[in-house]
Amino acid sequence: MCSFERRVVVTGLGVVSPVGSTLESAWANLLAGVSGIQLLEELGEDFRCRIGGKVSGLDMTQYLSVKEQQRLDSFCWYAVAAGDQAMAQSGLKTGENIAPERFGTMISSGIGGLATISAQQKRMDQAGPRQVSPLTIPMMIADMASGFVAIRHHLQGPNFGVVSACASGLHSIGEAYWVIKRGDAEAMLAGGAEEGVAASLGIAGFGSMRALSGNNADPTGASRPFDALRDGFVPAAGSGVLVLEELEHAKARGAEILAEVSGYGASGDAYHITAPTADGSGAARAIKIAMEHAELPAEAIGYVNAHGTSTHMNDAVETKALKLALGDHAYHTAISSTKSMTGHMLGAAGGFESVVCVQAIRNRVAPGTINLHNPDPECDLDYLPNASRELPELRHALKVNMGFGGHNAAVIYSRYEG
Amino acid sequence: MDAATVADRVKSIIVEQLGVREDQVVPEARFIEDLNADSLDTVELVMKFEAEFGLPTIPDDVVENMQTVGKAAEYIEKALAEKGEA
Repeated sequence: MCSFERRVVVTGLGVVSPVGSTLESAWANLLAGVSGIQLLEELGEDFRCRIGGKVSGLDMTQYLSVKEQQRLDSFCWYAVAAGDQAMAQSGLKTGENIAPERFGTMISSGIGGLATISAQQKRMDQAGPRQVSPLTIPMMIADMASGFVAIRHHLQGPNFGVVSACASGLHSIGEAYWVIKRGDAEAMLAGGAEEGVAASLGIAGFGSMRALSGNNADPTGASRPFDALRDGFVPAAGSGVLVLEELEHAKARGAEILAEVSGYGASGDAYHITAPTADGSGAARAIKIAMEHAELPAEAIGYVNAHGTSTHMNDAVETKALKLALGDHAYHTAISSTKSMTGHMLGAAGGFESVVCVQAIRNRVAPGTINLHNPDPECDLDYLPNASRELPELRHALKVNMGFGGHNAAVIYSRYEG
Repeated sequence: MDAATVADRVKSIIVEQLGVREDQVVPEARFIEDLNADSLDTVELVMKFEAEFGLPTIPDDVVENMQTVGKAAEYIEKALAEKGEA
């Protein structure tokens, strides 16, 4: 069964995000350059950052009963909604056209149920340990997104989460791709889910790090990746989930193949707890490994969906990484950060942004980077400023994410051409 | 607090906590078999009763025998009486 010749394709996509919670609405908003960032009025004036991307257009009653919602942290709600969408698009039905034990789940969260932890800590402080909810642990553990979604669709294949902060979603897709390649499953539901705005503790913590934008006066203009005046990322909530499927399995059942996963690379900085390696070499290694696996030269990469967080450090270092990995081609490929519109969905980012890459390949157009008005000499590549761009020749898209802890992930999505 | 008031408040807690319809919450309804609760739900439910009625912690052996809606309401009435509130 084990064969690295096995190829892996994408047959389903699902999203929950600040720019929409259906594939169609989110994609249309990204192409139109619509920001999903708003003022978080529930946060006091003493928060450095009072803006964020709440999920938009999501009616959870369509997915879960009230009781089911009460028993899950909201990051799991988003995984459920995106997972349902991806399952529906793929046409896979466990027990009908795929065996339950050959279908696995890897939907990760960088943080897990932080709002649940905060609420229950408060309850314990006020009312004592015996008033702590028995649902505290199942609601807060980050692997519950995979756990619950698997119960819902009866997926008995490999099931766990990957923890790599803001790279969790992309590492999940990469690792799930290998689960299929090595023969342990025919399909995997993979991606990320995160509640980045409901837990005030998270916003306070990232705020104290000076990682967040303080541009509370202009919420929709605050996330400005690669702009000289960028001042931090904008936290957001959401999910992006893909159905990955072994090529012959997908073909045999006549599934629509949306794209192929052609390469995956992972690397570690071993440098600093939060700062990326200053010369970009850490992320560059992940990209190079992905290109080697895909057997593609740098010149083949037609679009890069960047990590592009809008922090001073990330965007400058990522630009260096792209130059190291792609050489002179870095100046010629289209690059954009959709976080300019969605904000930073943390562990969900790699999932959502992978959906963007697949959509770009399918539609031969890439969303732009909004709020990019002031050129930064350290960021001198073509970031598709303020407008989406038709890319009629687009065949290969690169997705990069980097996480606190020095975790780098790169995945290449390709047009499926037989 | 009279028995009817206790029963009403017990019912509304159960409806909210277990996501069931009011007409399902009859005295003989069993939490696990009839109202689709699991062990986590029953613990959470008991905590809600304690908080709602200001009761001291309900001992685990009592909880184990509190298998129906009627038995729960009965225990709460008794506990309130002991507290001097009924």
